[in-house]
Amino acid sequence: MTEIFGVPAQVLYGQLLLGLVNGSFYALLSLGLSVIFGLLNIVNFAHGTMYMVGAFLAYVLLSPLGLNYWWALALVPVLAAGIGIFIERTVLKRIYGLDNIYGLLVTFALTMIIEGVVRVYFGVSGLRYPVPQALTGMLDLGFMRLPIYRVWVIVAALGLCLLTWAIIERTRLGATLRAGTENPKLVQAFGVNVPMLVTLVFGWGVGLAAFAGVLAAPLMQLTPQIGHSIIITVFGVVVIGGMGSILGSILTGLALGLLEGVAKVYYPEASSTVIFVVMILVLLVRPHGLFGKQ
Amino acid sequence: MNSRTLLTLAGIAALALAPAFVYPMLMVKLLCFAIFASAFNLMLGYTGLLSFGHAMFFGTAGYILGLGMKHLGWSPEIGLIAGMAGAGLLGFIAGAIAIRREGIYFAMITLAISQLIYFLAMQTDWTGRDDGLHGIPRGRLFGLIDLENDLALYGLVAVCFVLALAAIHRIVTSPFGQVLTAIRENEPRALSLGYDVARYKVLAFTLSAALSGLAGGLKALALSYESLNDLHWSLSGEVVMMCILGGLGTLSGPVAGAFFVILLQNFLADKVGEWLSVIIGLVFLFCILAMRKGFVGELSQRLAGLRGKARAAS
Repeated sequence: MTEIFGVPAQVLYGQLLLGLVNGSFYALLSLGLSVIFGLLNIVNFAHGTMYMVGAFLAYVLLSPLGLNYWWALALVPVLAAGIGIFIERTVLKRIYGLDNIYGLLVTFALTMIIEGVVRVYFGVSGLRYPVPQALTGMLDLGFMRLPIYRVWVIVAALGLCLLTWAIIERTRLGATLRAGTENPKLVQAFGVNVPMLVTLVFGWGVGLAAFAGVLAAPLMQLTPQIGHSIIITVFGVVVIGGMGSILGSILTGLALGLLEGVAKVYYPEASSTVIFVVMILVLLVRPHGLFGKQ
Repeated sequence: MNSRTLLTLAGIAALALAPAFVYPMLMVKLLCFAIFASAFNLMLGYTGLLSFGHAMFFGTAGYILGLGMKHLGWSPEIGLIAGMAGAGLLGFIAGAIAIRREGIYFAMITLAISQLIYFLAMQTDWTGRDDGLHGIPRGRLFGLIDLENDLALYGLVAVCFVLALAAIHRIVTSPFGQVLTAIRENEPRALSLGYDVARYKVLAFTLSAALSGLAGGLKALALSYESLNDLHWSLSGEVVMMCILGGLGTLSGPVAGAFFVILLQNFLADKVGEWLSVIIGLVFLFCILAMRKGFVGELSQRLAGLRGKARAAS
């Protein structure tokens, strides 16, 4: 059996694949966080919570309602975006004029509320969501065997990231949105309904998080806490990448996921902390992040 | 005697009488969190920096005190001082890293560093990981006073509380504190006046961390137990909440906020079960949307308004 730096190649590839899976989640979440921050100037602390809500909505659609995984993949982001739009219209719009630390605090309060409600109805013990029938099994590549579901997660997550990127960078709506990020007052003066744009962007960002939640549901035990550590990790990713660039967010997310995978093989104790260590190093060398603007 | 001195004396008298009416252990918990929130206020209220990682100082000091007293036979005063020193050192390092960015990034970086500490604590055997560190002896203060007695322990905590508040008052009214306020109000201006803003921020962060460490050490000593919850970001969020609910940038605000949150938790815990965090979240949300000055801020504004009216009438 081949070994790479004293580790069986199979093990290394397996962990790299897992790293890519996690990296895809980081990419989806940090992308949504960046887009929301760009237009709303709010760092959405509730982003991890919306990821958790996405996974639980998928669970609810399946067991009482009998709607399978594919339905969940289509419906959950829309439902979550609806929740997001409701929150934006009722709560967030009241704090737009204020210092952006209030955005963080309000979304922290929302995290407590939403997570509390989920805990009341589902408790804290882990729930199981099955891997969809069509995506079970392994893909044999000769040098390694890939679980099909994980490959699907990476493809779907990156596909959605690229779609978001294309919409923002290549369409007329995206151009308006970028202009709105630069100077909302001017764009409003040109007759664009900026508040509407803001609402849509928040809905979209939350939808991305919920989509990530559905993708993640079959990979873990669902508890109301699953958003807890991912949101902080994504904050680390965002500090490393800088929130200015979309492709930057995607690449940083993937790269850090991979790095975690490598750490798990060679130095497992560091796997949960490596992203934060990288963050500190980046801050010391390039305080504004790898892709950030001055 | 002016009204301020009178109020201070009344406060100290209330502290001395409190154990006759309230369980000493509840008072101990209230005062620990009041110290913690006041220490945090030094950052957000007076310097205008939102740290979202203050639990790392609270918890670290608790673990240092716990480990030292349990395994090395430290006395409580050594444990408390070592805890404060450890938290202060961590604050110095974390502060020096975090001030490289401003505003919202500062908050995210402090959060990330505290998560790093959390994971480190989860992985070391010393901390007892998920089980926590049990059986920390309370010991004898200065070798004389047996802290196993709840009243004696309360006395220690009350004295620490008064000293901590006095220290914070001294800090914010000193020339150093005036510079911190200047940084809060207008950082570029403070910078152009020639103040080394970065150094002031790091020093404020260090002091705030050390005082948070005092609170964490006292709490670990009182409960004879330290757990990972004291390092988790939800506690960091809670202390922000206490501070804002009570009123930022006032001496009594964080104390009032801490009392309010802890009493609410105590009162509701066995009545509403899991709805507790929903209720507290709603209160916090309401506070940010409708009364950002907090209880004390709103109250003093009303009083000032009344006084103004009285003056106009006479």
